[in-house]
Amino acid sequence: MIPELGHFALILSLALSAALFVVPLWGAYRLSQPLMLAGRSLAAGQLLMVTVAFVILGWAFLHDDFSVSYVANHSNSLMPVYYKLSAIWGGHEGSLLLWILMLSGWTFAIAIFSRSLPLDMQARVLAVMGFVATGFLMFILFTSNPFDRILPLSPQEGADLNPLLQDPGLIFHPPLLYMGYVGFSSVFAFAIAALLTGKLDTAWARWSRPWATVAWAFLTLGLALGSWWAYYELGWGGWWFWDPVENAAFMPWLVGTALIHSLAVTEKRGLFKSWTILLAIFAFSLSLLGTFLVRSGVLTSVHAFANDPDRGLFILVFLAVVVGASLLLFALRAPVIKNAPSFNLLSRETLLLANNILLMIAMITVLFGTLFPLVADALKLGKYSVGAPYFNLTFIPFMTIICLLMGIAPESRWKRTNGSPLAKVVSGPAVLSLALGIAVPILLGDFAFSMVLAVFIGSWVGLTTLWDLWRKSQNSQGRWVGLRKLSLSYWGMIIAHCGIAVSVLGVCLNSHYADMDKVRMDVGQPVTVAGYQFTLEKLEQVRGPNYMADQAVVVMSKDDRVLRVLKPQKRRYFASGQIMTEVALDPGFTRDVYVAMGDKINAQSWAMRIHYMRFVRWIWLGALMMALGGMFAVIDKRYRKRKSAASPTPQEA
Amino acid sequence: MHPVRKQRLLIVLAIVVLSSIAIGLLVFALRDNINLFYPPAKFSAGEVPHDVRLRAGGCVQPGSVVRDESSLEVNFQLVDPTGKLKVQYEGILPDLFAEGEAAVVNGVWRDDKVFYADQVLAKHDENYMPPEVAEAMNNGEMHQATCEGAEYDS
Repeated sequence: MIPELGHFALILSLALSAALFVVPLWGAYRLSQPLMLAGRSLAAGQLLMVTVAFVILGWAFLHDDFSVSYVANHSNSLMPVYYKLSAIWGGHEGSLLLWILMLSGWTFAIAIFSRSLPLDMQARVLAVMGFVATGFLMFILFTSNPFDRILPLSPQEGADLNPLLQDPGLIFHPPLLYMGYVGFSSVFAFAIAALLTGKLDTAWARWSRPWATVAWAFLTLGLALGSWWAYYELGWGGWWFWDPVENAAFMPWLVGTALIHSLAVTEKRGLFKSWTILLAIFAFSLSLLGTFLVRSGVLTSVHAFANDPDRGLFILVFLAVVVGASLLLFALRAPVIKNAPSFNLLSRETLLLANNILLMIAMITVLFGTLFPLVADALKLGKYSVGAPYFNLTFIPFMTIICLLMGIAPESRWKRTNGSPLAKVVSGPAVLSLALGIAVPILLGDFAFSMVLAVFIGSWVGLTTLWDLWRKSQNSQGRWVGLRKLSLSYWGMIIAHCGIAVSVLGVCLNSHYADMDKVRMDVGQPVTVAGYQFTLEKLEQVRGPNYMADQAVVVMSKDDRVLRVLKPQKRRYFASGQIMTEVALDPGFTRDVYVAMGDKINAQSWAMRIHYMRFVRWIWLGALMMALGGMFAVIDKRYRKRKSAASPTPQEA
Repeated sequence: MHPVRKQRLLIVLAIVVLSSIAIGLLVFALRDNINLFYPPAKFSAGEVPHDVRLRAGGCVQPGSVVRDESSLEVNFQLVDPTGKLKVQYEGILPDLFAEGEAAVVNGVWRDDKVFYADQVLAKHDENYMPPEVAEAMNNGEMHQATCEGAEYDS
């Protein structure tokens, strides 16, 4: 009975979202205040109904209601409670429900926090959100209902969640990623609403900027968390695989990064208006494309849950409608470009334009590599796969140029910048970065020119940013007063750019200095990898809640001093019979040591992989800093003044 | 030239130059880094080029997996309804690699008719079948798309 209530709640929310699409739009057309105001209540009602459905699905998981087919396929009575709950989004149907919950949350947030917007504008924004929600609710109800039952012969026991997903990573990674993914729908809604009204002024950029930044920050966190999860859970010793699904989330990030920069130009200088609108459309279209790639089963990936052509077709049609309609609207309504560009060739505008162009080119190369196998297959050209070297080769050069420009951009001025003072300002950081670029590879004991370049670029970004902070915090009343006078959005930029520097350094140093050995380990016989001794003390069997595991006890030591006892496992899950490698880690600021069990050779020995991952934590630390920077920018009081009627920060519901 | 036009020209030129670099890199990178998929049947028929990076996939023939006692070398055979392929791999096999299950390998086919794999990919979960392999199994006389239904007469 209760799952049917959930189904019913979903149907009700479809009705509400359809009304949310139509009513405020009609109200804005007829200039009817009550109809426009109805958007807010409809948004609240939709969120309520979707929440009810979501809670009911959670209830079914908690009560092991295996008559619900989705629960039977993704849970098991032996699973710990927290995995039962996070299993709600461990499969196709449930993760789609999470998508819709997030979307309803964002819609409600817009209804609450943008009351200072002109009413017709807010009504149109909510209507666009309602349209997106309608599409997704139809998708879930018609092709992937999470409340489908297996009756009358319901199974006694669930098939268990894919062991790869039985990890704390599942609790946080999908919600954060979806927050970002779905968040771009709000910027998209603002863009479409602006095109509909034809009022493409700087106010539009001011309204949508915080939303774009919040979405971007969440996407950054979600990506970083996913990468960290893959790193320790998949046990391949990598942190980014250029897997099509990773790319699917990475492309919106690239466009989102371009978008938050171009929004800055549009807000501050009133330039690049059409371009910004186009970026907002692209960012959301890529989120939809990502959903299509992941959910349609066209891809071979850890994330591809199901293989159902109907689902793929539905999203493809929806994608075509959204992209086609918004591009058509754009073509009809985009503002005509003014004749005189009111900025000089060397100015902050140009640098931000360069940032945008480079990010878009990088995105297109990633898009090409991701879609090429699919297109080739569809055209019967053969079955190809595009490997990581392709992406590294095409992506890295553009990132290098972006990083070089990033050093001078904060120093540059709007409208025009003089070249020689700029060069003088950045010469100090440049020399210092070059020195570091030469010194660091020597200190790390393996000199390579690629690393000189990498360390130079990473330090260049970091040092120029800090140097800018130092210069701008000069104040006659002392440094502390100067630091406090800087705006929060400026701090956000500083933190995020430093985050880029940290990530770049982590990525580059890790790619070159990481070490991996596949070794045969016999009980009692030490092996040496990267200067550490590893001794297999013993092999034992341990029992977990829903698995049995072979566990190796490996003592890691250096110079006869024991550093840590590592306990990697090879688990066998009862319900599915699946085997899972659980790696053991010794984390550290400058290096991780990572032991994974491979194959059993005999009762006394195993093949194992030992990774010596240098600076790998920096990659995610940098991403955390970027997200933190984004949050700083959002809580800047500039945006609070505009929203005096509402509470200060746009928060997720 | 009018300064406004000159500036616009420079911006357009920059875009053109960068895009050309991107396309150049793209083509260059694609040449070496895309791997065409071949089923074992093509290997048996000798229709596969030697010494090029490519991708192969099929079902792991039960009983064919031989591990070397002293090193991490593994030999096994991939089969589909009409072909066989010997694979050699040095390293640790993925968790879900098993006899009688589907696997995809990346590597090079050398003159000695052995496929030297540097990467072995196995399915991600119980019900998953790599689409390439499913298709290879369907092209032959057999109509099951799974490895369980396959008959392994060697």
